[in-house]
Amino acid sequence: MKKYVGKSVYSGIAIGKINLLNKVDHEIKRNHVDDSVAEIKRFEAAKLEATKQLQELYQRAVKEVGEANAAIFEVHELMLEDLDFLDSIHNIIENQKVNAEYAVATTGDNLSAVFAMMEDEYMRERAADIKDVSERIIGILSNKATDGFVLKEPSIIVADDLTPSETVQLDKEKVLAFVTVHGSIHSHTAILARMMNIPAIVGVSLEISDAIVAKIGIVNGNTGEFFIEPDDTTLSAMEKVKEEELHKKELLQKVKGKENITLDGTKVNLFANIGNLSDLASVFQNDAGGIGLFRSEFLYLEKTTYPTEEEQFMVYKKVAETMAGKKVIIRTLDIGADKQASYFDMEKEENPAMGYRAIRICLDRIDVFKTQLRALFRASAFGNIAIMYPMIISTEEVDQIKEIADEVKTELISANIKIGAVEQGIMIETPAAVMISDLLAPKVDFFSIGTNDLTQYTLAIDRQNQKLDNIYNPHHTAILRMIKMVVENGHKAGIWVGICGELGADITLTEEFLRMGVDELSVAPPYILLLRDKIRKVNLKF
Amino acid sequence: MKQFDYTITEEVGIHARPASLLVKEAGLYESNITLIRDGKSVDVKRLIALMALGVKYGEKVTFLIEGADEDIAAAQLEMFCTKNL
Repeated sequence: MKKYVGKSVYSGIAIGKINLLNKVDHEIKRNHVDDSVAEIKRFEAAKLEATKQLQELYQRAVKEVGEANAAIFEVHELMLEDLDFLDSIHNIIENQKVNAEYAVATTGDNLSAVFAMMEDEYMRERAADIKDVSERIIGILSNKATDGFVLKEPSIIVADDLTPSETVQLDKEKVLAFVTVHGSIHSHTAILARMMNIPAIVGVSLEISDAIVAKIGIVNGNTGEFFIEPDDTTLSAMEKVKEEELHKKELLQKVKGKENITLDGTKVNLFANIGNLSDLASVFQNDAGGIGLFRSEFLYLEKTTYPTEEEQFMVYKKVAETMAGKKVIIRTLDIGADKQASYFDMEKEENPAMGYRAIRICLDRIDVFKTQLRALFRASAFGNIAIMYPMIISTEEVDQIKEIADEVKTELISANIKIGAVEQGIMIETPAAVMISDLLAPKVDFFSIGTNDLTQYTLAIDRQNQKLDNIYNPHHTAILRMIKMVVENGHKAGIWVGICGELGADITLTEEFLRMGVDELSVAPPYILLLRDKIRKVNLKF
Repeated sequence: MKQFDYTITEEVGIHARPASLLVKEAGLYESNITLIRDGKSVDVKRLIALMALGVKYGEKVTFLIEGADEDIAAAQLEMFCTKNL
């Protein structure tokens, strides 16, 4: 087995035989031609034919990949009419008394070199367009068909690079994936692969040789990996991923864009849990209605010193803007226990899960807390932000938090900084919070139940201790009763109650949660559509 | 001769697609149409040169239009810019 890594430009798994797309190698000879007039005529005829081909390609591309992506063939057509391009070819044929092929190749090389040197990565890719246009004319001049690459069976296409014409001319039904040595995420191959939903990896440093033809390959567009002659373990693992993706894709087609509504008409919010800005794409791919838990820890854990207000603000603003009015619930710093950052200078604790962590740190180091709150309230002007406080055990904590939050708001308002309407809620993840949820509810805008910690504290089982895995039972009646109690107390005070722990994604409990009246489930993005499918099959009236 | 300034609001600048639209538009008129950015000028009817100039978002360019139909060409071109660039 050989493994290569490149840049993924479109995700998905492909398994199949490898086929090479070798460039039809036009070896350009420089021949002396006396009759320049006839040679120019020969070039003009080839140019006319090239224009015809491009018009046909354009029509075909419009059908396959849409007008916006097909437009590149219109650009090619205009390049054929470009005066600099034509003048140069005419000049070379006349002045050097040479053949048209040579004149076109030289001109193509010169002009594409101009683009290849440009700063802008997108513009550098246009060098490939000029080459593509020149090669088309040369192909016609030398009577070599450029449209002749026929795939006999479904294949993974490996090439040095792909021009747009090559990409669109391939029989879509038979292309499993693209792997190219060159090309960037801005190349046409990338754009077209995305449009055609074909897994694609570019920038794979791989020696292209006939030796790999017809061998089995695996393209993992999720990670950018490319395997040649995979071993059985890799093959079966990838087959499994592929099958899961297929299943998910089918589900996606079925329930994407649909409401999270039960057969009897009860609606519930399905939100996503994320831990970084890079997770935003999966929020959209999986059609989440909002973000139910944005863990802000990464801002602290990825750094060697406290993140500034500005740094945090930019991140929160970006999420708020990207979600465009959909709810984004950001949890304040939940560091401590298993998540440590050295610059916090924390003492070693006997029992960190029950130690100095989360809101306890924030209420002790108020400057750190205020910096985060300022960034959050400022970002609230750019979207629908809600703030969630973790590890609450008492009403005094909530009072203290609200006092600090009010201070921050007043400071911002008096400095003429715009803030939006921000819901403030708490996580219910300690048995104490559950037992006083009736007292907490009137003080906040929402509850979100963190089932992971709630289970470990209620059952007195350390989550990190694998020896106890067999008795760690999140379906324990104690937990389910607690959830029910929290929902009831929340609803009595008129606030909504959600679940953002792992239990929310457990489809064997979905119906039970809905019967309890849970208003929101926030889960890792890959579970959203599975849950939606489940919700749409439940009937609470029976 | 007519002239007008225009600041590019198209996010990607004068990339392949906008450039080709501009070249097509310029081709409708007899006048010579020149685009100047930072003292460098290109013939707007020449696609490759126009693309190679690499005009970016937010940059100010000047259009010079000279010829028999310069009045109408300038007016139409300015409208084209507001709509497409």
